Amino acid sequence: MARLTKKDIGGFLARQGILVAFALFIIGFTIANERFLDPDNIMGVIRSSAILGVMALGVTFVVISGNLDLSVGSMMSFSTIVVLDLHDKIGPAMAIPAMFAMTLALGAFIGFLVAYLKLNSLIVTLGMLSAIHGLTLTYSGGKNMDIADKEGTWFSVFGQGDIMGISVPILIFLLLAAFLGVLLAKTPFGRKVYSVGGNGTAATFSGVRRARVVFSCYLISAFCVATAGLLQASRSLGSQNTVGQGLELEVLAAVILGGASLLGGSGTIFKTVIGVLILGFITNGLLLVGLEFYVQFVVTWVIIILAVWLDIAAKRGKLWSPIA
Amino acid sequence: MNEQTPVLRLEGIVKTFPGVRALDGVSLSILPGEVHALMGENGAGKSTLMKVLGGIHQPDEGQIIVSEQPVVMSGPLDAKAKGIVFIHQELSLADELSVAENIYLGELPRKRFGLVDWAELETRTNAILEKLKVSFDAKTRVGDLSIANQQMVEIARALTVDAKAVIFDEPTASLTDAEKIVLFEVISDLQVQGVGIAYISHRMEEIFKITDRISVLRDGQYQGTVNTAETDEEGVTQMMIGRKLDLSRNESHHELGEVALEVRGLSCGDLYQDVSFEVRRGEVVGFYGLVGAGRTEIAETLFGLRDPSAGTILIGGEEAKIHSPYDAIERGISLVPEDRKDQGLVLGMNCRDNMTLPQVDELKAGPFVSDGAEIAIFDQYRDRLDIRTPSWKQLVGNLSGGNQQKIVIGKWLSMRPDVLIVDEPTRGIDVGSKAEIHNLIRDLAAHGYAVIVISSEMPEVLHVSDRIVAMYSGRIMRTFTSEEVTEDNLIQAISGIGSDKVA
Repeated sequence: MARLTKKDIGGFLARQGILVAFALFIIGFTIANERFLDPDNIMGVIRSSAILGVMALGVTFVVISGNLDLSVGSMMSFSTIVVLDLHDKIGPAMAIPAMFAMTLALGAFIGFLVAYLKLNSLIVTLGMLSAIHGLTLTYSGGKNMDIADKEGTWFSVFGQGDIMGISVPILIFLLLAAFLGVLLAKTPFGRKVYSVGGNGTAATFSGVRRARVVFSCYLISAFCVATAGLLQASRSLGSQNTVGQGLELEVLAAVILGGASLLGGSGTIFKTVIGVLILGFITNGLLLVGLEFYVQFVVTWVIIILAVWLDIAAKRGKLWSPIA
Repeated sequence: MNEQTPVLRLEGIVKTFPGVRALDGVSLSILPGEVHALMGENGAGKSTLMKVLGGIHQPDEGQIIVSEQPVVMSGPLDAKAKGIVFIHQELSLADELSVAENIYLGELPRKRFGLVDWAELETRTNAILEKLKVSFDAKTRVGDLSIANQQMVEIARALTVDAKAVIFDEPTASLTDAEKIVLFEVISDLQVQGVGIAYISHRMEEIFKITDRISVLRDGQYQGTVNTAETDEEGVTQMMIGRKLDLSRNESHHELGEVALEVRGLSCGDLYQDVSFEVRRGEVVGFYGLVGAGRTEIAETLFGLRDPSAGTILIGGEEAKIHSPYDAIERGISLVPEDRKDQGLVLGMNCRDNMTLPQVDELKAGPFVSDGAEIAIFDQYRDRLDIRTPSWKQLVGNLSGGNQQKIVIGKWLSMRPDVLIVDEPTRGIDVGSKAEIHNLIRDLAAHGYAVIVISSEMPEVLHVSDRIVAMYSGRIMRTFTSEEVTEDNLIQAISGIGSDKVA
């Protein structure tokens, strides 16, 4: 038997740290509150993670291509407000495609700035976070948006319906995850996304038209945001202008928790789904043990730092590594 | 020389990593005032040996002895304090700081209140720079210096301590010929001062020009030390790879087919002007010249990475407008780029995916990438190029340099290009793989490919080319057939001498 050295343990923690931490959390929560592992609670967590999850799927593409998207939170607010407003004006059947078109236009604009004007994606999307928020408030005049007849619309099916006992948001999340997972892992486009994020210069030298790939990733991200907006609007049938505020960080946390590198080139849809669930269960567990709701913002930050640290540590093979 | 006390001695160094015996009882000594070459193929253990010496790895067995005192190196700074200094191929300088600040970074002279003593800093720095006979001074911003001068700063840094031994790791990799001469002068000055020099390089000409003794490693084992004056390239090569190497001029010729690529009056700003040449099927055309002569830039233009300012490119007799690598690939042009790690490979991707990347759009089963078709391509070129990897799933970053280069070559061969451009095909590759790649290039021509080889190594150009285009300062000086070329007339042509006969 090989003796376990301190270094081995450090290396193991670095590689599997997130899963170990997650397991400890689960054990802790289960002891603290027996409801945690209740099937109803589990389905509840997945359902409430669905909106975040849908957004994380799109951001996964952007991150693997080596860019960031910090605008998804305020873009989701925009989608939600727009579809709720149009619902009463032109009816749900028209409102949904109109909202998708407008959200995709925003995604195309971001994609254009990043891919064709070669602007830094952090700056572009951080700016868009604020700009889209302004756009939403201008659109709504700052008022909350509500559907007039909440009982009589079929629009609620996306957020509140069930098909064969499974709630529709979960189904949409899983279907979209399956579709995008295959797109990323099995198609030429997916392969190009990895090459662009892994080594952009080499991708160019291999004839990959990088700008198209990056542009497409932002379109995919916008599509996912529009879907998330639809789920959000349909669930609540009314909304504040700030419904998606702060979600961009949670989404990013989920993607990184899943193990995608912020430098691009690595990550998978499956891992992102795992990341979303970990984040969902931890938030839920903290609420169940009686932590105040607002503390979750702090917890999200701690999780991001933990995930980034362990990711880097796994690559370096050690936990402690000062700048030297 | 043998009675002198070595400045640095290694005795029976053994270093093992899981599954590999990277160093297996290596002993060698470096005498004061000698230049001692350390040679070996990639993977022979040179880098590991340097890391042991620099305290990055601790040896499992054996001793490091500095001036007859056994020492333990705890890290590069410790090694420097003990008088062992490294000059790395990759520079580690801060571009925005001055030369003086870079040299004394971390140990800037202070005066009262902890303020930097700028006057003292400048005096000390200029004293060192004077020794190096460089043309810049202490206040120059490092970012404004050429690569060669930056290397001088790196060397100056080494001279701030009383260096006993200086270890150069591939110092000439990015230097022009003129810059090399300056470097060699510095090395001989150090020699005169009694410093022992260890010199790691793949370049035979340099080794024979400047070193006194040569030690060779093979598979982590010490093969012996010879006096440079008493051996030749063949002898050293044989020690390195255990067999002989063919360095002759190309004499085989293949049946030439029609013109695959013709370039007429091509210019690109200041980079090169009025370049015309043609390449036929079955022919290897070598482009030889100094760094900056415009060879790589021509290749980049043909591959759509630069737009020409004048001239035409004809492929198979038809004029082609090429604005991107995508266009070039569509037209049947492939480029094996100069820098395989930056331009050739996605290191974090596996071997197969790297190889099939340019044609992934064509390898489809329905909407998906066809696994079977991809693996078939990989297997075919793995066998043909003798790529050594446990499986296609291996990340390319884990392969040796030679195998990485073969992945890049396989990637472009599998496109079945009409014109294959190879830029510095064997840079940083060990001697054994070099010969294989040379044979492969000849073999490709035999199969009817039109091949352009760009190289800074004369033996390589001589060895593979049917015709050689000599470039100087952005212009074609002369085109040689392999019969008329000699080392002398080629050197003259690329130095701008004897430009009477323009091709």
